Parts: sequence; C-alpha cells; structure tokens
Amino acid sequence: METIKLKIDGRDITTEAGKTILEVATENGIRIPTLCHLDGLEDVGACRLCIVDVHGQLVTSCTTQVAADMEVLTQTKTVKEYRRMILELLFAEGNHVCSFCVSNGGCELQDLACELEMHSVRVPYAYPRNRIDATHPQFLIDRDRCVLCGRCVRVCAEVEGAHTWGFAERGSAARVITDLAVDWGAAESCTSCGKCVDVCPTGAIVFKGASNAEILKDPDLVARLIERREHE
Amino acid sequence: MEKQIHIEPVTRIEGHAKITVFLDDSGDVKDAQFHVTELRGFEKFCEGRTLWEMPGLTARICGICPVSHILASAKAADAILAVRIPKTGEMLRRMMNLGQFIQSHALSFFYLSAPDFLLGWDFDPALRNVVGLVQANPDLARKGIRLRAFGQEVISRLGGKRVHPSWAVPGGVNAPLSVEDHQWFLDNLPECKDTIRETIDLFKTSFDCEARGVLGEFDSMYMGLVAPGGKWEHYEGLIRIVEQDGSIVVDGHDPARYSDIIHEASEPWTYLKFPHYVPRGYPDGMYRVGPLGRVNVCESFGTPEADAALEEFRATASRCSGKVFDYHYTRLLEILASIERMEVLLADERILDPRVRAEAGINQLEGVGIHEAPRGTLIHHYKVDENGIIEKANFIVSTGHNNLAMNCAVKQIAKKYISKGNVTEGILNRIEGGIRAYDPCLSCSVHAVGQMPIQVSIVDTEGKLQRTLTQE
Repeated sequence: METIKLKIDGRDITTEAGKTILEVATENGIRIPTLCHLDGLEDVGACRLCIVDVHGQLVTSCTTQVAADMEVLTQTKTVKEYRRMILELLFAEGNHVCSFCVSNGGCELQDLACELEMHSVRVPYAYPRNRIDATHPQFLIDRDRCVLCGRCVRVCAEVEGAHTWGFAERGSAARVITDLAVDWGAAESCTSCGKCVDVCPTGAIVFKGASNAEILKDPDLVARLIERREHE
Repeated sequence: MEKQIHIEPVTRIEGHAKITVFLDDSGDVKDAQFHVTELRGFEKFCEGRTLWEMPGLTARICGICPVSHILASAKAADAILAVRIPKTGEMLRRMMNLGQFIQSHALSFFYLSAPDFLLGWDFDPALRNVVGLVQANPDLARKGIRLRAFGQEVISRLGGKRVHPSWAVPGGVNAPLSVEDHQWFLDNLPECKDTIRETIDLFKTSFDCEARGVLGEFDSMYMGLVAPGGKWEHYEGLIRIVEQDGSIVVDGHDPARYSDIIHEASEPWTYLKFPHYVPRGYPDGMYRVGPLGRVNVCESFGTPEADAALEEFRATASRCSGKVFDYHYTRLLEILASIERMEVLLADERILDPRVRAEAGINQLEGVGIHEAPRGTLIHHYKVDENGIIEKANFIVSTGHNNLAMNCAVKQIAKKYISKGNVTEGILNRIEGGIRAYDPCLSCSVHAVGQMPIQVSIVDTEGKLQRTLTQE
C-alpha cells in the first residue's frame, strides 16, 4: 500500500493512499461532523455536512480520497458557515419538532444542531405534511422527519440484501419509498429485520409503540455485523 | 349610554385573558364577559400523528400541568390498546399526579393567589406578588416555595425532569421507582405535612366564613370523579355531579361515556368553549370542577387528617360551598390529602415492583382518558385508524368546565364593586381574583411578576373609546 503525506488543519499526517479524508481525520482524532455517513455502509455524500476545504475548494470528506501533499482545513469560517446553512436547510425542509419526537435526546440531527451551534433557522420552513406510514406491524415512518440521508436504502441493500427501500422523485419532492412506492405494510420484499430503524439518524423510521424520547436505536449495529462477517 | 370596561391582560394566571365589563347608561354593570384570546389548535394538529406520541405531544399544551395531559393521554391510549396496566404502573402514575397536585396547588396558592388576600387586595401592586410575600412573611413564603419544590421533585424523580417528563406511556410508565427515590420521598414528606398543617391553620384563622365571601358566592352544580363509597378520587373513579345543596344529579357515570352528559357550546367572543350538563341545556347546565368541585362531590377524603380538616371546613359552610374563595381553602385541603395518599402509596411494597408497563397493539379504535387534574376533570378522547394514527382528538380541559362559572363570578364581583362607572385598581383586582380563584390554565407561560399591566377601556355602544385607564 502506498504511503502518502498530507496536512489536516496544519498537522502533518502520514497515511495510506485510498482512504477518504474522513477516515484519515477520524483515525487522527480530528472531528468532522457527518450525518449520512455510517461505518459499514458505502459513502454517498448525500448530506454534504462533512465538507472540508481542500486547496480552497469545498469537498465532501466522506467521498474524497486523500492524496499526497493535500492540505485539508476542517474548521475554516467558510466551512463552518456552509455546514450551518446545510443544517438549517435540513431543518427547514422537514418538521423536526424535538419535544415530542421518539428520538429526542438521541437524534443525530439534534446533536449536530448543538455541535454546530445552530441557534435559529434563517430560511422559511416548508412545513411538509406527509402521511405517516404506520402500516407495518412493527415499524413506522414519518417522512416529515426524514433527511434523505439514504442510510435505510443502503443498509437494506448492502447488509440485509432486501432492497426494500429506495428513492423516488427529485428535488423537494424526493422521498424514500418501500418497494414500488407501496405502503410499507404491503412491501413484500421487506424482511422486517429492523436494520433501517437502527440506522435512521432521526425519528423518521422508528419502532411502533415507542413514545417520545424512548430512543431505541442502535446505529453501531451495522459496523458490528460487518465485523462479525469478516471474522467468519 | 352603554359603556364597556376592558381588563387586559388578567395577570397571575396561566395564559392570556381579557375581561370586558359592560356598563349601562347609569354606569352600573350590565354584563361581564371573560374572554380567552388564544387559539392553540391542538385538536386539529394532533390529527395524523401516532397514538404513541400523544402523551408527549399533548403535554406541550401547558408547562404548568403537563403531567395532567400526559396521564389523561396515556389513559386514553391504554383504552385503545385495551390493556389493564400493571398495578405498580398505576400506583406510580397516581404518585406523579399527587406530586402534580402538590406543586400546582402550591404554585396557585403561595405564588399567585396568597399575595392578594394575605397582603391585602389594595396592597401596592408592585409588591402584591410572591416577592412581597417573602418580605412580609418570609417563613411562610419559604415553606410554600419548598412545598412546591417537593411536588416538582416528585415529578422529576419519577419522570426524569420537572416539566414535560416523558414517562407515562400507553400501557403504563417506562421506568420503575428506585429504592433511593422511594426513601427520598419518605424522608421529605413530613416537612410538607407540617407546612400544609400550618398553612391551613393560618388560612382558617385569617378568614372566617364571611370573609370568604369576598369573591362572590353563587349556586351551581359540581362535577368530579369519586371512588366507590363517594371517596375523593384523582386518577380513576366514576363521574358524579351534585347540586348546590349536595343532592346527587348524576352518580356512577362511566367516564368513557362523558359525551352522554357533557356537550360543549361555542360563543363568538371567546376561543374557550362552554361545556355544560346536557339535560339542563346551555347555559343552565353550569357546573364547577377543580378543588371546590371535587370536595363538594365527595363524601370524604379517606385519610384521617384530611377528613378532619374537611369536617372543619364543612362546619363553617354548608355541605357544598358555593363561595368562589373556597377554591383556595379546598386547594389546601387537597394538598393535605395528596400528602396522606402519598404516604399510603409509599407504604405499599408493590410500589417498588419493576413490572410497570403492558405492551399491546391497536385493539380498539376509540379511547377516552379521564382523570382529575389539579384544576379539575380532564378529558382526552381519541379516535384512531387500525394502525394507530389519530383521526380525531377531543380535549375538554378543566378551565373549560369552569368557563360558565368564571363568567358568572366576574359578573357578580363587577356588580358588587363597580357602581356609577367608578373604577379603581383594587376593584379591578377583585375581578381578576374571581378568575384567579379558579386557577385557570390558559395554556401559556405568561407571568407578570411585580407589575400589573392593566388597560381599562371604556367604550360606548357605538364602539367609541370614551376613556382609557392604564396602570404601568
């Protein structure tokens, strides 16, 4: 494996080629905020929150590989401002009312708002009104709380192999769907494994029967499953 | 020429309200209206949400009485799950409701109402509040504050936080009582009991039967839940309605069938509806709920000290008191009863059982949850689809039940204290006091401490402003 040298936030770092900026930063204890990234799943750069400055350009650190002599800045004023705006847009696009949400206190979007010091949202709220799909016997999805990170889509395809979840439409009409946009309870491909519930970063996909702040998610599940498979 | 006097806002109650006093040509009171000027919309925006969210969602109706909404909501959800919750779950819910009674009643008495009658109705408005009470009677104020803090701590220790605890859930509660918290309750109850004994003594020696007429007296029916044998009840029980003379109008009525006997009327001048007893019609079907309502409908509290205090109270009034001021008296009696009920619960070893929640799916499409909130009977009524999504929600809150009575009280006080258009601050405050006695929760968090921003507008029949009196 080729060894390369680069700088992150002024620190000289030696690492292996082929890794992403996010991987290298994390290995070296440098925190970059993420939302759609999840250890064990393929990175797609959907949320854009992990942007960093590379020679004056903003790139997603989860999908950009390190290169020799690369100079990465993770905390510039511009980077921070753009992350804040991305986060505000995510909040404005849905109905993220924490107070009665199942994931209150254990929500990655909420945690990011605290981390990035989002005190207010500067764009008008869209107030979407999507029907909650509670047709599955064990789980439900509230699309008003979905940030389109695609973790459910990826875990269902890459780990479970069921391919129940997918995306439909584009732009502001984009949404996650089950099978060919049928109710979840009618999606024949769903194995009811619940991995989508565990990896969903917000209160969008949850266990039925859970009340507010009863966080019952396990986002590390995927990494554990993959590690166990590699040991077989 | 007819004139109107507006009192806006009404201070030291939970939320916004406005009072309009209509004067006739000679400047005497012709009519009075109590307006609630907020629109919340909860019944509408709960539609489409999940049943499991409802306790947490409806808790947000109020920051003073969230526990009441959580419990009524959880009970309505229990009915839809068609489960009988574990005994310990019920005991713990009762425990939290009693904590809520103590904290809410102590807030109403010591912080909001006592400044009026312990400092004097005409006391400097800038100091006629809990700060003034601390200056005038630091010992009483300190004890009152600690009593409320105890109630808050009960809620916090059971539910994890003081306001909006997400703990009572459909099927029970989501965490059992720890041995440490159990001991803390036992250690701290005696001080609370001493405080309330002392406060009841002070109250009854300060105000004889005549003095308690200051906020008016009128006949109405009373409603509340009672346990078998007519005992005071706050969590379960059946609906009882009594007449002013104590005779029973309705007894043993299944709370789930509340709509057989209670309907809600609307008026164009207020957002608050007017629940009334159906057979008497509107507005004749006026009844009162809350501390006075519960005390008037019950035969006894079922605990020794509270029953002794109840007997003393009834000796100074008739079987059912019609005095608005007696809301304060009965509020104190209920704090004592709540403390004694807590002692009984804590002495039962089942309260430490870890089985506190029943799990179930949607087994019925409709459910009603009723219990007694500090301010009176609280009703949550849900209809869901087969997946547990709310299709219809109806809430009848305690302040709603008392709406007709509050209007009646305001009119009566206005007639007594306003004549020939003569309006002074002290008189206006008595009208406010008439409202405040019901401790109305208008679901907001507006408290005006140390000031009384009232604007009085006198308007003629054509809507022309004749005079404005403002108090900074």
